[in-house]
This record gives sequence, C-alpha cells and structure tokens, in this order.
Amino acid sequence: MSSLRNWLITDTPTSRRHAQLASFYHGWLEFKANRLALLGLVILCLLVLIAALAPWIAPHSPFSQDLGNRLQPLGSDEHLLGTDSLGRDLLSRLIYGSRITLYIVALVALIAPIAGLFVGTVAGYVGGWTDTILMRITDIFLAFPRLILALAFVAALGAGIENAVLAISLTAWPPYARIARAETLSIRRSDYISAVKLQGAGALRIITKHIWPLCIASLIVRITLDMAGIILAAAGLGFLGLGARPPSPEWGAMIAEGRKFILDFWWVATVPGLAIFTVSLAFNLLGDGLRDVLDPKSNK
Amino acid sequence: MSPWGSWFFKIIRTLGSISVTMVGLLFITFIIGRVMPIDPVISIVGERATKAMYDAAYLDLGLDKPVIVQFFYYLADVLRGDFGVSYLNARPVIDDIRRVFPATLELATLGTLFGVFIGVPLGVIAAVKRDTWIDQIARVIALVGYSMPIFWLGMIALLVFYGMLGWVGGPGRVGIFYVDLVPPVTGMILIDSALDGQWDVFRDAITHIILPASLLGYYSLAYISRMTRSFMLEQLNAEYITTARVKGLSEWAVVWRHAFGNIKVQLITVIALSYAGLLEGSVLTEIIFSWPGIGSYITTALLSADMNAVLGGTVVVGLVFVCLNVFSDLLYSQFDPRAK
Amino acid sequence: MKLLDVENLKVSFPTRTGVFDAVRGVSFTLGQERLGIVGESGSGKSMTGRAILRLIRPPGRVTADRIAIEGEDILSMSEKQMRSVRGQRISMVLQDPKFSLNPVMRVGDQITEAYSVHAKSSRAETRRKALEMLEAVSIRDPERVFRSYPHEMSGGMGQRIMIAMMLIPEPKILIADEPTSALDVSVQGQVLNIMDKLVQQRGMGLILISHDLNLVSSFCDRVLIMYAGRIVETCRADALHDAQHPYTRGLLNSLPRLDEPRTQLEVLKRDPAWSEAPSVSGAS
Repeated sequence: MSSLRNWLITDTPTSRRHAQLASFYHGWLEFKANRLALLGLVILCLLVLIAALAPWIAPHSPFSQDLGNRLQPLGSDEHLLGTDSLGRDLLSRLIYGSRITLYIVALVALIAPIAGLFVGTVAGYVGGWTDTILMRITDIFLAFPRLILALAFVAALGAGIENAVLAISLTAWPPYARIARAETLSIRRSDYISAVKLQGAGALRIITKHIWPLCIASLIVRITLDMAGIILAAAGLGFLGLGARPPSPEWGAMIAEGRKFILDFWWVATVPGLAIFTVSLAFNLLGDGLRDVLDPKSNK
Repeated sequence: MSPWGSWFFKIIRTLGSISVTMVGLLFITFIIGRVMPIDPVISIVGERATKAMYDAAYLDLGLDKPVIVQFFYYLADVLRGDFGVSYLNARPVIDDIRRVFPATLELATLGTLFGVFIGVPLGVIAAVKRDTWIDQIARVIALVGYSMPIFWLGMIALLVFYGMLGWVGGPGRVGIFYVDLVPPVTGMILIDSALDGQWDVFRDAITHIILPASLLGYYSLAYISRMTRSFMLEQLNAEYITTARVKGLSEWAVVWRHAFGNIKVQLITVIALSYAGLLEGSVLTEIIFSWPGIGSYITTALLSADMNAVLGGTVVVGLVFVCLNVFSDLLYSQFDPRAK
Repeated sequence: MKLLDVENLKVSFPTRTGVFDAVRGVSFTLGQERLGIVGESGSGKSMTGRAILRLIRPPGRVTADRIAIEGEDILSMSEKQMRSVRGQRISMVLQDPKFSLNPVMRVGDQITEAYSVHAKSSRAETRRKALEMLEAVSIRDPERVFRSYPHEMSGGMGQRIMIAMMLIPEPKILIADEPTSALDVSVQGQVLNIMDKLVQQRGMGLILISHDLNLVSSFCDRVLIMYAGRIVETCRADALHDAQHPYTRGLLNSLPRLDEPRTQLEVLKRDPAWSEAPSVSGAS
C-alpha cells in the first residue's frame, strides 16, 4: 500500500495517465484536509446508499395507510419518526423520498450544465452574431426570477416530476453557459490553441478535446454549489403540489401535508424539512470544499 | 461630445437593452401561455366552457392567425398594460397586480434593509477578523441561509413565535380589526398608516410584518454578508492597504475608508441582486404568512390554472428584475471612477 | 547617533510544511546615507523593509535584539505608538503605483491624508502643502493631478505621487522597495533622481531595496548583499567590483558588459554553505 502511495505522490510521473492520477490524488488529499467538506461528501454518500437500499432498510411501505395509527409521535412503537395524517410511516416515506430527491438532482445536474456547456462554448468559439444572439437568449433566461419562471412552466406543462425537472433545468442552464463562454474566450486566444490549429485541427476537435475538458472543473464546482438551490426549488415546487404527484413521498409535498397539523403534531412537517436542510447543507459543504481545491483564486 | 450628450446616449442604449430583454421575456411568456399548453383556449376559459364560449375565445385569442401575428397582438396588449382578464375573479389582471404588488415590495424592502444593515457590517468584521470565532459564526449563518428551505423555516418561525410564544402577529398584513382602515396611498401599510397618523394600525402592521420580513432578511443577510466578506478579503490583500498602513492610519480608517470604500460599488450590485432574490423568495413566504402579495397571487392563480394571471405576474416581476439589474449596472458605472 | 539601528532581525512564517524563515539574523545601521539592499527573489530583502516598519502581521513572527530609530527602540512599542512612527519618522515607497495607490480615491485626498494623520492643520493649509509637495517631485500641473485619480496617471507620475505622499509628513528615513522595477527604463532615472534630491535636501537616510545590482551600485553609497535571509557581504558601492564573496562575484559576473565581450554568460552556481554561514554585519 505504501508503494502505491509513493507512486501517487511522485514528482516524476511516467505517463500521462500516471500524472493525471497523481494530480487527482493530490487534490483528494487537499480536499480531505477540509473536514466539513468531507462531512458533506459522507452525508451525500449516505444519501445515495439509503436511496439505493430503500426497499431493504425502510421498515414499512411508504404508501400503506393505517388510519387507526394516525399522527403518532416520534419514537412510537412501530414508527421511529411517527406517522402522518393517513397513518403512513414517516421514516419509510423519508427513505423513499430520498430516491425522488436524488432523481431530480441527478437529472437537472446532467441537463442544465450540458446544455449550458453547448451554448457557451459555441457562442464563445464562433463569436460574431452567433455569440450575440446566444448570449442575448441566455440573458433573457437569466433575467427571469428562477422560481417564478419554473412555476410558469409547470403551470403550462402540468404538474409532475418530469415537468418539474424540465422547468428547473430551463431556469438553471444560463449560468453554465456564461461560465463556459468565459472559459472558451480566455482559452481560444491562447498560443497552444493556435498551435493545434496549425496542426490542422478543426473547430469540432478543438472544442471537444481542448476546450471542454478545461471547462469541466469550473462547471463541477458550480453544479455542486447550485445543487442546494435546485433541491430547494424542487422542494418548493413539491410544497406547492407541483412536483411528484401524491401519494409520492416527496419531501416538499410531505411538508405541505404536515402543515395543517403543525400546531399539535409538529414533527410531521418538521422532519422532512430537516432532511431537505441536511442534504442541501451537504451539497454546500461539498461545493465549498471542491471550490477551494479546484479554484485556487477563490478567497476562502 | 458634451457630458450631457454622452449621458443621453447611455440612457438610450440602456433603454434599448431593457427593451430587447423584455421582448425576449414576453416571447417566452407568450410561448408558455399560448404554445405550450395542449389547448390554450381551455386554459383561458376553463374546462366547463360551452362550445360558443370556446369558439368566441378561440377567435378572440387570434388562434386562427399565424404565431408571429399572435405574438404581436400579445405585445401590443402588454404595452397597453392589458394582461387579459383573470379567470378567477373576472377582473383585469393588471388591476389585481396593482393591488398586490406593493405588499410584496413592502416585505422585500424591509427584508433587504435588514439584510444590509446587519449583513454588511457582519461581512466586514468577518473579513477583518478572518478565521476567528466571529468569522466562523458568520460562515455558519450564511451556510444555514443557503441550505434551509424558506417555507419550512417560515412555518417553524410562525409556529414558535406566534403559535407558542405569541410575540408577533399572526398571518396576514394586519389584524382582523384593522383591515381596510387606512386609505391606500402607496399600498404599503406601514407608510400609509404613518402618513395618515393612525399609529395603532402602524403598530399592528409592524407586529405582522416583522416575522416574514426578518425571515427574508435572514436570507438576504446570508448572501450579503458572504459577498461583503469576499470583497473585503480581496481588498485587504491589496498593496494600497499596505500604503495606507505605512502612512500611519488607524486600522479603522484602513478598513472603512480605504478597503470598504473600494467595495461600495460592488455592494450596490449585490444589494440589487439580493432585492431581486427576495422578490422571488416572497413567493413561498407569502403563502406561509397569508401575505396578499404578488407571490401568493401567482401561486393561487397557478393552482387554478389561471394562465393570464400567472403570466401577467411573471412579466411584472421579470420587468422589475431586469430594471434592478440594469439600474445597478448604471450605478456601477457612475460611481466607479475606473469605469468612466 | 545612527538614524536606524537593526540588530539580529528575524522574520518567520508558519506554513503547512514547517516554519519558513524569511529573514535569519540581519544586522545593519543606517546613517544619513543611501544604503542599498540587493538580492534575488526570496532573499528576504523586502521582508526586512516591512519588518522594520512592523507591518508584518500574525501569523508571521518578527524578532530582533534591537530595532531603533534615532536611538529610540521601536520593537517594544505598542501598535498605537507605532502608528505615530509610521509615516512621521519612517516611510516606505512601494513598487507599483498601479496597485499601491487607492484606485477610487483622488490623488490629492490621498496625499492630504498622509499629512493630516500626523499634523493638525486647516484644510486650506494641508492642501497647500500637498500641492507644494507635488511641485517638489517635478509634477508640472499640480492642481490637475491633485484632482485626478491614480489610473489617469502614467507609471512615472504615479511613483512620483507616491514619493510625495511618503515624504510629506517629513520622515527621517525612507525605505524604497523596488521603486523603479515597474517603470519604463526611460523613466527610472528620473524618478530615482527626484527621490535622491529630496532625500539629500532633507538630510534623510534612504534604504533602496532592489534586485538590480547595477542600479544599486550606481545610485547608493553603501551596499548590502542578501542571500537566503542573511547578509553575505557589505561594501561601499564604488568598491563593489572588488567584492570578495563568491555569491556577489557570481552576480557581477553574470551581468553582460559591453567592454568585456564573452561567448557565454556565467550562470550562478549556488553553494549551500552560503546560506549556512552567519550573517555579516552591515553596520557602517
């Protein structure tokens, strides 16, 4: 094992793959030193595990109602976190709800940055009218208040989890386009791009093989930092009843259900909120940690 | 060119920029309203309309004409302030918006003031006393502000401070006895009641606005303090700060006269953005506090599929957003000597 | 009595991989003369200047047996006391006026500030002194410059403004940290001459910190050569070409000269023994 470590921290890599692994390891060491960021990563890994193993770890079905056992408090016999107004086990609903959260987050995290990457790099590389028009479109989308625009989209498309994902993605992509464009502009003028062009590389090759890899770092940092906002937006939509349809155990919708009873049965609405808070917090910590490692210019 | 001349051109350019953005915005709302729903007529007249109503609405919406022509009709309508009629209450949407918007403005303004007056000094101190306990606390405050769902926190705050402790007024802008007592001048109860000298209404309004405003204010101060800290750290590392210290200036003068003086302009942008963010955050907050602002107007309309109202509200908030951004850009270029 | 007396100055910074000693036992004195401190990047020359002004903040550590200005010990002074020393008794000109002047404050305000920190005076009087000072650094239109912002000035003018600002409270000692490194060659001489003239006029002591050996040897009276946080050699400027230490000789030999054509310039070979040897005293 120590020889593997020595191989990874060497000053003289023997191949490109070796150098990449070594720099990844260095980044990992630096990231690890930030204990809060590590905590964020652990929480998120737990989330993925819980979502994956939901059918095995949830004590009950998230949908089975038990009207004789409505609104049981925390720490009840069968129900660790109590039950909601229809007698459904809150813990199980929470666990299955993590799947929905992860689903939304994963989809948006794929759609928005990729769309933004395309728009931004094409705009930055081609320049001219294409750039102006694409950036105008980006600015128009940026000019909209995100949640309200997402609401308007869902109003038109109808409620549902896929529509919610689409609506959030439509409002989330502009910042990535801006980032990608900024990176493209600064890279486009550099000497090594000129060198590659002289060797006969076409625009497509330059964009995909040279510009995209360099944008990835900033995009990753931005995605993780945006994640919290995306989760909160999804929860907001769920709270308004515009996300996953009932009886889906979506965390935002659970808060809305529990709201009616909050005076006497406060845990029904509080517990899902804590879950949302924890996951958002984890993403923020992770994002901060990643930014400190990947973006040396940032002020800690 | 005289300074007045160049100023004139700047205004024209800015107006042009706003116009292009607004046209784009309107195009998007147009698409959302007419093109996207499966049957836009239904979304206007509702599902129980008779065939006659349906046909009348169909022609009235101009759906027999090409899309571009429809868009121009829509544009003309909006420019006249006509957002159509609300399906819920059969009143012009624009009237509804005029009624509800000041409530949100009042909330957002108070929240931003809260955020500025606490967030800015907090950010400066966090930067100056970097890595000390004050800095850590500021960081925690900001982290919580970025991670907590505002509607959930609002719910809990209402439960604790109103339901359990009774320290603040309940949902709504004023208590039930004070509704409609004050003649609406600006639409903002705090201002109107003060203007009219009705101090009991004023006091009651304060107890009702303080919790939602503090809630929004918390989110505002999380953002503002973080940005202030970041800007200050950047400045405190600069060479001219060393120069200021070499001159023998007190630390107070170095931090506030020199470093802070350099970030004032950037802070304007941050504050404008924060204000815009609060307008957006009000959507979910207003529901919790039964606050009759544009946020609850849009969401109620949405849940009733009242597309005209939803889109009208979206356009108005979008317009305010755009103006805020442009305004802060203008202020930036006016006050930063390097940008002139 | 010497203007400045430094004995065994040490500056260190804690880093993640251990403590870094930037300055390791530097001693020298300064009279009414022009003293040059030469060294490469990392030799600790800039740190020495800042340490004397006690500008180094925690976690950096500054220790010394003695730092005294005109016989008065400043090492044990409180921060409040140091604030009246800075500017009024000892001042520093920094390298690049693009960064060392406050970009959003008018030039005039920055200069009057330097004066009014230490002297109670009416606004009109302070303004007059500032304009006077601008004239003294050969700025031809002092009124206009007074109203301008730093980014409107050229590099040379910016540096002259800096000099005016640093000399207006009439300190006895001026430290110039790479004052001409950011300037065009054509302007360097001008700025140095102005600085020199004022220093002579006021009977001040000047410490010129630079990496440029030629500059220092032609401009200063005495030279200290620093390497790895220590002084390795000290001599009079006109006796520089007779220097003994192999580092100094190496520096001299790696400079190209018109009158000694060579096919290959020498590359300095560093001997680790140089950083181990104790610091030479720069007392005059």
